[in-house]
Amino acid sequence: MSVAVDVKTLVIDGQNVSARAGQTILEVARENKIDIPTLCHLDGLGDVGACRLCLVEIKGTNKLLPACVATVEEGMEVETATDRLKKHRKTILELLFAERNHICSVCVANGHCELQALGQQQGLTHVRLPYRNPELTVDASHERFTLDHNRCILCTRCVRVCAEIEGAHVWDVMGRGINSSVITDLNDPWGSSSCTRCGKCVQVCPTGALFDKSKVGSDHPKYPDFLPWLNLMREAQ
Amino acid sequence: MNIEELEQIAESVRAENAKFDYEINVCMGTGCLSQHSDKLKDELVKEAEKQGKNAFIRRTGCMGLCAAGPLVLVDPEEILYQHVKASDAAAVAASLGAEPVAALQCDLREHFDQQVHVVLENSGHIDPERIDDYIAHDGYQALVKALTEMEPNDVIKQITESGLRGRGGGGYPTGLKWGTVAKAGGDLKYVICNGDEGDPGAFMDRSVLESDPQRVLEGMAIAAYAVGASKGYVYVRAEYPLAVARLTNCLRDARRRGLLGNNICNTPFNFDVEIRLGAGAFVCGEETALIASIEGKRGTPKPRPPYPAVSGLWGKPTLINNVETFANIAPIIRKGGKWFASVGTEKSKGTKVFAITGKITNTGLVEVPMGMTLRQIIEGIGGGVPDGHKFKAVQTGGPSGGCIPDEHLDLQVSYESLIQAGSMMGSGGMIVMDDTSCMVNVARFFVEFCMTESCGKCIPCRAGTAQMFTLLSRICAGTGTMDDLDLLVDLCGTIKETSLCGLGMTAPNPVLSTLRYFKNEYIDHIVHKRCPAGVCNIEAPVEVLA
Repeated sequence: MSVAVDVKTLVIDGQNVSARAGQTILEVARENKIDIPTLCHLDGLGDVGACRLCLVEIKGTNKLLPACVATVEEGMEVETATDRLKKHRKTILELLFAERNHICSVCVANGHCELQALGQQQGLTHVRLPYRNPELTVDASHERFTLDHNRCILCTRCVRVCAEIEGAHVWDVMGRGINSSVITDLNDPWGSSSCTRCGKCVQVCPTGALFDKSKVGSDHPKYPDFLPWLNLMREAQ
Repeated sequence: MNIEELEQIAESVRAENAKFDYEINVCMGTGCLSQHSDKLKDELVKEAEKQGKNAFIRRTGCMGLCAAGPLVLVDPEEILYQHVKASDAAAVAASLGAEPVAALQCDLREHFDQQVHVVLENSGHIDPERIDDYIAHDGYQALVKALTEMEPNDVIKQITESGLRGRGGGGYPTGLKWGTVAKAGGDLKYVICNGDEGDPGAFMDRSVLESDPQRVLEGMAIAAYAVGASKGYVYVRAEYPLAVARLTNCLRDARRRGLLGNNICNTPFNFDVEIRLGAGAFVCGEETALIASIEGKRGTPKPRPPYPAVSGLWGKPTLINNVETFANIAPIIRKGGKWFASVGTEKSKGTKVFAITGKITNTGLVEVPMGMTLRQIIEGIGGGVPDGHKFKAVQTGGPSGGCIPDEHLDLQVSYESLIQAGSMMGSGGMIVMDDTSCMVNVARFFVEFCMTESCGKCIPCRAGTAQMFTLLSRICAGTGTMDDLDLLVDLCGTIKETSLCGLGMTAPNPVLSTLRYFKNEYIDHIVHKRCPAGVCNIEAPVEVLA
């Protein structure tokens, strides 16, 4: 006897798709080659729904839902790239670019940066908002890695990977609102923190906020794809 | 505990009170205490004894008219004295059985007569630190009735029938929420009372917790019985020390009386409550952030669904209601849902407590039936704008709400009508502004509040409120352009639609509502480089010599 699987059918961008109950809209969309931009989401990590780039429109409600956490429902009609959504995505990217210091040409992540790629993909040609340019610090106390707060977009991938995958929970967030920042331990220097030096946080960081000291110039590609495999291997054990 | 025992307690309190010829109620809410009403009470006790008057001096909670504090109410004559100082104690004591002290008498019948007290029915009449006082005023009858005569479903039916809606701001039907939690599976459920009142100018929940804490507890216990919960939390701001002290007291007394704990009223129903203190974050008034805070985590909101009714505190089904919502429960169970539904408008039932502050004569707490017009509340009960100034706008709903101008003052207060006018009910703060207030500056103030209170989790709220603040500051300084204004409106749209929680979604409201009604003030700042109210410090434009 086979185990009954609860299957849902829905429409994403006019395309009929099927999904297992409990799957998120994002998972199903990507399975069907429908691209929804994301920034805080990373395959293999728990979702927080914070970057708001993956918001989608659902027919029947005026409220926009984050595709990374919203689960599929039978008969759902999802739109992922309406003009309204595109406009919001651009504004959110503008907010990010203007929030701290994102000068691509002098950034170690130039060419390997998810924020930069999203800006290009969403057609962000200029920023209308005033640049805030706050004076932030760089923590180079770690022997292998550097933290540059100026490039941080507070996606909390580092926080999640350290807590969920490495199990060390060295990273966390301090402060509130526009003054939030990521910290190691209780805001100790990274170098003297309880860091296990695994480097997972550096690999998952979408921008040049966390980078490897051993690399020179701007050649800092990151390889976060190991996460789903790691999870899979752990589950298999 | 059963009805007979409650009656016995009530009877003994009444017998105790009947021994006295007079009762002097001294308001000892935060407002009056700040003017030393505790010393006044001590003096009154001494003076009454000295002058041989057979009077009982009672500490009570807030009497509502905070602007005229400290307040003293003398029963049975029902004479209200205002601005009573400790040095007036002799005169007040001497007036017992004689002519009232004319100089202190507060003649504001109009202020009180137009109000309907349900939530505040005991405020100012009972000692908030004596459970027996509460029991003597029908306290805990509703709980005993619910436990001994009603099925949980009947309780929910009564609440649904009453039409009660969440008093924290959203206005979600309370009966529906209870029904959802009751249906949720699992043997462990929680009831949370949200007392993290943070709107600038709002003090309704504080006053209820300080004046009649047992009522909130009784409401929570009834809710727990209805939804099948066994554990409750009261989340209250640490900035409310008096409310916390009185709640702590009240929990201890309720446990001693067997109204909390195991096998309440000899039924299988168990329920106990713990207090959790907020650490001063506005966002923790948002239910998912509040739950995270109780769990000991950083107080940041989570995307909903899943709603707390399904997965709340520690992943268990959780009922979360505001202080004022719980304070309405006992009278509904006692008098029936139909009675409650007979007050108010078609969709907004019952009464609402408002904290009226700002440029208003009678600053304080009022409770009015839904459907009363803003004009009646502000000009009638509130006594209008003082010092000959002209009314300009009233801000309702705190930083999430908006400003309502003069031409909409005849609006009947209800959840729907306020949203239509570009504001919202919110928790019940009402800030009155006169012609000395600059509306751009007001919008900037509230945006600054949201900026500093944003948790920083989602981008639109974290960076968006900061950008809004920058743009508004430019306009206030006279350096803004019309492009800035367009950008501001554009930004408001994105923040409103894309933010993760209510804080961000509603943060643009003060800007949008002032733009809707007072756009000319924005234009004055930007184009004419002047602030009509004379609040913003705009330097005169430099004349360019040809």
